[in-house]
Amino acid sequence: MSNSQPIEVLFFASLCEQTGRDSATLDASLAATVADVWQQLCPTLDMPVNTLMAVNQINAKADSAVAGGDEVAFFPPVTGG
Amino acid sequence: MPTIISDAPLTAWQALAEHGKPHAASCGAAVSFVGVMRDSNNGRKIDKMFLEHYPGMTDQALADLATAAKAEYDIADVLLLHRVGEVRPGDELVVIGVWSPHRAAAFSACEWLIEQLKHRVPLWKKEFGPDGENWVVANTPGRVK
Repeated sequence: MSNSQPIEVLFFASLCEQTGRDSATLDASLAATVADVWQQLCPTLDMPVNTLMAVNQINAKADSAVAGGDEVAFFPPVTGG
Repeated sequence: MPTIISDAPLTAWQALAEHGKPHAASCGAAVSFVGVMRDSNNGRKIDKMFLEHYPGMTDQALADLATAAKAEYDIADVLLLHRVGEVRPGDELVVIGVWSPHRAAAFSACEWLIEQLKHRVPLWKKEFGPDGENWVVANTPGRVK
């Protein structure tokens, strides 16, 4: 992935409502980890403790690395079925 | 092993009957689970619900579950359907079919699949009723950890 591309960010379900948006883009030079992405986009909102994360649609953690072109997603615990 | 996310009504029993036909002679057991929307939750009336998913990741998670079930249990085939979008009480939300030569593996795999689905697949329910709207924060516990 190239750092010249932005990071694409998605928020689902209750996190979409809490952050006020369902998607965003972020300059990749501003974030090295998933936690950095949240901090950059939601500086006044602590990430809820039960937040789940994914990078390129694979489960990730707050300290997982991110790079330009990645798709990062934040979502609450799942409730399907 | 078809796994399908659908925003159209599921036709559980028709899908199970059709998918099971090729297994009629070789599989002595067919076990199914059909999850249906209720009109109440924790004593609150629910008029409708919205099921959100993560396009791509949800589809892959369902496919991975079917593959894992086939690897873990002595089963011949799996059918896994999940509804998304707006649903009403009585609508089918999830359909699981498992075909196996023997009943023990079919029962175990079917229960394992619904519990895994409820805890691992990116899907979220929002309820709407006379008391307002809210995201469901957790599923009711099952028997399988």
